[in-house]
Amino acid sequence: MGKPTRVINRIRALRFAAGEMTQADLADRVGVTRQTIIAIEQGRYSPSLEMAFQIARVFGVPLDDVFQYPDSEGMTP
Amino acid sequence: MPFEEKLTWVNAVVTVVVPIAYFAIMLGRLGDVSAADISYQWPLLIAIGASVVLTIVGSILAGIGTGISAELRGRSASGDIDRKDERDRSIARHGDLIGFYVSSVGMVGVLALTMLEYEYFWIASALYLSFVVGSFVASAVKIASYHRGF
Repeated sequence: MGKPTRVINRIRALRFAAGEMTQADLADRVGVTRQTIIAIEQGRYSPSLEMAFQIARVFGVPLDDVFQYPDSEGMTP
Repeated sequence: MPFEEKLTWVNAVVTVVVPIAYFAIMLGRLGDVSAADISYQWPLLIAIGASVVLTIVGSILAGIGTGISAELRGRSASGDIDRKDERDRSIARHGDLIGFYVSSVGMVGVLALTMLEYEYFWIASALYLSFVVGSFVASAVKIASYHRGF
């Protein structure tokens, strides 16, 4: 199964840092399905800019603390 | 599984089961009567009606199942059923577009049958087949998108 997006994220780490927030809790707070959160965490779906900001706001961090876009395959910015 | 994916599964199953039943009955009748004389109108209307009814019933059952499952997990049932997010909408648009292309190719075949003055039965059957194949492909693309990523 190939990754359809190059956007990487730290949602899983941020959830655990936020008192082990569940995927369902995050989904409720952003207003999406739990499966969408799972897909984003696994890099199977790139959220819209608006949803990305909503996720960052839930954790109270800037957008690029949650999502990164590497320069090329396998390289972090 | 997102509720929208359950509805897609319902649609996929209905668009396979009903046309198979319709074509099995009608092609069976062709052994006794010619295509020019076969009475296809009511069976086709019944097949279309059955698809609508089965889709509604399947959607209701999926909703009830999702509601019960959500309650057992201690989560709001309505939240799981009503929630349709941007990913669901993107997947739906993508699947419907591919399904439309498939149906369009089928329509070219229908046009060819019409120009070649085939019997109405074959033209109606090809038209119906184009719709159901397009609908099934749309559902299959949506299900694959949910699982493989989108």
